[in-house]
Amino acid sequence: MIERFQYDNRIVKNFLFVTIMWGVVGMLVGLTAAIQLVVPSWNFADWGSFGRLRPLHTNAVIFAFVGNAIFAGAYYSLQRLLKARMYSDMLGKIHFWGWQLIIVSAVITLPLGMTTGKEYAELEWPIDIAITLIWVVFGINMMGTIIKRRERHLYVAIWFYIATWVTVAMLHIVNSIELPISMTKSYSWYAGVQDALVQWWYGHNAVAFFLTTPFLGLMYYFLPKAANRPVYSYKLSIIHFWSLIFLYIWAGPHHLLYSALPEWAQSLGTVFSIMLIAPSWGGMLNGLLTLRGAWDRVREDPVLKFFVVAVTCYGMATLEGPLLSLKSINAIAHFTDWIIAHVHIGGIGWNGFMIFGMVYWLVPRMYGTKLHSVKLANAHFWLGTLGIILYAVPLYFAGFFQSLMWKQFTPDGFLMYPNFLGHTAGDQDGLRTARYRR
Amino acid sequence: MSVIFLLIAASTLVAAVFLAAFIRAVRSGQYDDDRSPAVRMLHDHPPAPNSLTPNPSPKERGANPSDQ
Repeated sequence: MIERFQYDNRIVKNFLFVTIMWGVVGMLVGLTAAIQLVVPSWNFADWGSFGRLRPLHTNAVIFAFVGNAIFAGAYYSLQRLLKARMYSDMLGKIHFWGWQLIIVSAVITLPLGMTTGKEYAELEWPIDIAITLIWVVFGINMMGTIIKRRERHLYVAIWFYIATWVTVAMLHIVNSIELPISMTKSYSWYAGVQDALVQWWYGHNAVAFFLTTPFLGLMYYFLPKAANRPVYSYKLSIIHFWSLIFLYIWAGPHHLLYSALPEWAQSLGTVFSIMLIAPSWGGMLNGLLTLRGAWDRVREDPVLKFFVVAVTCYGMATLEGPLLSLKSINAIAHFTDWIIAHVHIGGIGWNGFMIFGMVYWLVPRMYGTKLHSVKLANAHFWLGTLGIILYAVPLYFAGFFQSLMWKQFTPDGFLMYPNFLGHTAGDQDGLRTARYRR
Repeated sequence: MSVIFLLIAASTLVAAVFLAAFIRAVRSGQYDDDRSPAVRMLHDHPPAPNSLTPNPSPKERGANPSDQ
């Protein structure tokens, strides 16, 4: 007897839709925050000031734009790789609406100033609990599908999804242990440098297991699919996965160089960061080499173009990251605009471009249509690519100069350039002050 | 720095779980075939129409034998 079953495409469509929607919102908030740095009058109210909009931007792009894209891609690829419908449509629905509710509560509470003050973990404790519950729902749905699969082999992408789920669950719970004093305020269980260490163990691994491993899973699925050829080396992809997950978790202390953290822990973070170059570049090359012999198609297919730039940005960001973890380079870059450029090469270049490529590939398949305009998709690609270059390169220069200016002192020991912004936004008063003090 | 014990314990525990999963995957033969899974994932049922670019013809696909 032939067994018949259908995939749950509704959930994929839903997640695709909100990915695009929150992407627009998150990037507009980011643009507003950027303008506020140059034109301070754009800080229009308490709730609309830079300090409140910046966490809203990071939360929106990471957990709403990138998060929903992970779920869309995972729900699509899991079903096809496992040859099974999702374990439960109901759990999928709870996951979808629960996650959107969490995002909406972030959009409300962050501008109101309700925050734990921990970067990328700003949301207050009731939302933290909701995140945990919804994450468990996603986990049950994924594991249930894996258990009832019709395909014995677990394709490498699924391993990346599993690692994502397990590690994010652990990071979120350990970092969010806090003492509530009211419905809207809590204090971290940890204090001082210990809190900092937990925070950056979380922060670094959020980058690793929310922005990297799920996207490598998506890359290993959607890139071969879009190119219609198998990944360059499946063996390398397996090595990539296992080496990456065993190394990544120990690199967090590189966010705390020159801090009160014990020297040995700082050095350990650096050592693991350098070691990470190997699996990261193995993965990047594996992705790019999948396209060997298909570069003629890259020229025509905007989906492949987006993927090429995304994988290249992954390579750049994962080389730059380990370099930044060296103390001598960190001394130049830390706290400067260089870091902003670095995270956007990763955030827009790697995550964003993977998402754009994936959406352009998925939407026509989900709706049985053709892309409205391939020309427009190409325009999108070029605007985005040039945009990233124009964004990052000036910030690299700015970061360097910023760092050099901070290290200049007057003979009396004062900072020669106390207000860096005063010298960038054409503030002649600032310049005069500097000359006077010299 | 007592918190470092918590972090090392949590990280090591997860690493141990994954190590066990890795050993189990190897022993159960998940990685015995490191070629065909990459090809099999390309075939969906029903085959999805490629809306942006046409699928390469069988001849074109066979141009690079190492792909197969």
